[in-house]
Amino acid sequence: MSAATVAAREVTHAIATGKSRDRNVGSLVFLAGLWFSLFFGVMVLVVLIVDTLIDGSARFDIELITEYDSILHPEAFGFRAGILGTVWVMIGTALLAVPLGIAAALYLEEFADNTKWYNRVIELNLQNLAAVPSVVYGLLAVATMALIGFDSTDIIIGGAIALALLILPVIIITTREAVRAVPQDIRQGSLALGATVWQTTWRQTLPSSIPGIATGTILGLSRAIGEAAPLLMLGVAGSVGFDPTSPTSQFTALPIQIYSLSSSSREDLRVAAAAAIIVLLVMILTLNGLAIYIRNKFQRTW
Amino acid sequence: MKRMTFRRAIVPGIAAAALLLTGCSGEDDGGDGGDGESSDISGSVTIDGSSTVFPMSQAAAELFREEAPKVEVAVAESGTGGGFERFCAGETDISDASRPIEEDEVAACEEAGIEFTELLVATDALTVVVHPDLDVDCLTTEQLVELWKPGSTITNWNQLDPSFPDQEIALFGPGTDSGTYDYMASEVVDPDADEPATRDDFESSEDDNVLVQGVAGTEGATAYFGYTYYEENQDSLKALAIDDGNGCVEPSAETARAGEYTPLARPLFIYVANTNYADDEAVSAFTDFYIENLTAIAEAALFIPLSDEEYTETQSALEGIGS
Repeated sequence: MSAATVAAREVTHAIATGKSRDRNVGSLVFLAGLWFSLFFGVMVLVVLIVDTLIDGSARFDIELITEYDSILHPEAFGFRAGILGTVWVMIGTALLAVPLGIAAALYLEEFADNTKWYNRVIELNLQNLAAVPSVVYGLLAVATMALIGFDSTDIIIGGAIALALLILPVIIITTREAVRAVPQDIRQGSLALGATVWQTTWRQTLPSSIPGIATGTILGLSRAIGEAAPLLMLGVAGSVGFDPTSPTSQFTALPIQIYSLSSSSREDLRVAAAAAIIVLLVMILTLNGLAIYIRNKFQRTW
Repeated sequence: MKRMTFRRAIVPGIAAAALLLTGCSGEDDGGDGGDGESSDISGSVTIDGSSTVFPMSQAAAELFREEAPKVEVAVAESGTGGGFERFCAGETDISDASRPIEEDEVAACEEAGIEFTELLVATDALTVVVHPDLDVDCLTTEQLVELWKPGSTITNWNQLDPSFPDQEIALFGPGTDSGTYDYMASEVVDPDADEPATRDDFESSEDDNVLVQGVAGTEGATAYFGYTYYEENQDSLKALAIDDGNGCVEPSAETARAGEYTPLARPLFIYVANTNYADDEAVSAFTDFYIENLTAIAEAALFIPLSDEEYTETQSALEGIGS
């Protein structure tokens, strides 16, 4: 940690905890503003979650995850197909996006010649891609599926392609940050001992950047898990009564079921949707918890 | 009486479906169709289309699951238009629709060589609702058109009829992508236009629950949507009767079935691709099952079942696919 970081941290700490000696009106107002912003952001989230919890509380039972969707017995509406579909699609997404994303980031960071115009174009496009609305990736996936030669797009591979395209820029950008954070000394040391660039990257840089890569990847995946829009573009079903069995199975995903149920005229189905939102939140929190665990376990300091 | 004849229990329904199967399919599947066991059929059926009809097909799929567990039925809801797009591209077997297929969609299907059969499956009573405190009970069709036609300048209830209260109107309605909007525009408000539309200065939402809340919470508000949304929210909404020249008719299952609730009783359809029906055992078994148990399915999905005559027509349309 550099001296500047330490100093900045101390000052922030002193101000935030009110221990600073030079407290004037301006800094207090600023501090209050900061706390208010924090409070506002957190409160909105808390209110949303609590509200959904209350709405869905009637449906935290085993049928919620073991049963298929049901119009005849809305009180036992289950999300088995959606949960399994989401898990399958997330696995597919990770298999597609992680190797591609890491490889692309390593190329850009370690091998690419930044003075070449095409590398700068790629870089610029990556930044732009990260800001593209998710529906567009649905269209992109439809086109990709047609190119590959699939007849139907509403299958697990289609969902995985759409979501992988969606999070690829995020993974590339976070991986680049992680790779860049590995000190230059490590690379130079490795090169000085006679390792090639490839050996240095594979044996030194990449292992050292695992915490950052894992965090970025899992945060990307937990963004993808909640996406309904790109899947809707693929025509993914909202109601299926079977488990996915292969990458070419038709499926449904939790966000799609939630989207379709929340506009239902029936109270029972809207309650089921609220309960499903909690299920989805638990899945996302589990992923994020995993990210934190991996980051802490592999964290290194130089 | 009527009910008894129509509400077939599922088991006899299946038997009938199986009978129908064996009846229609000549020599092509005589071997496995002979025993009439739909539980042995495997395959997949892909359905897409109207989100209004979605619960219906969902209920059909659910009931069918108990009879033919090996058939994988997937129901999506891309909207009537989106559904036809996929249907005419050959991606789906059945398309749900809350309006009849349009000419350009027919052309698209023809171009792709897809022949289809239209099956009427249920009726929905588009319900015009108002805030419960509003002192208006009945609108004539002319007044409804006056209120919703493109460029309408009516902003107060007493502009429609001097006897109506002096109350500003707040308009809510389904989004322009929905079949409900299409029906209102093309069948009621603006039938002669090339591109039928309603007035556009209303609060729109694709989620009918939002419309319910909007009308329930705004004095003088009005909106229109499917009958089930009114049925589930009767405490907080008031439905208007519609006078189409024969006196005020309340929206209800009875008036819609009897054909009295005009012009807002709208038909709901499924479209079946003929080749898929003829070649794919799963598709034909599912479609037959759907039509055999239509009344039970419509009731499960809270739609208004067809009248006897309509049901007979649907049945003969189904029989016509094979021949």
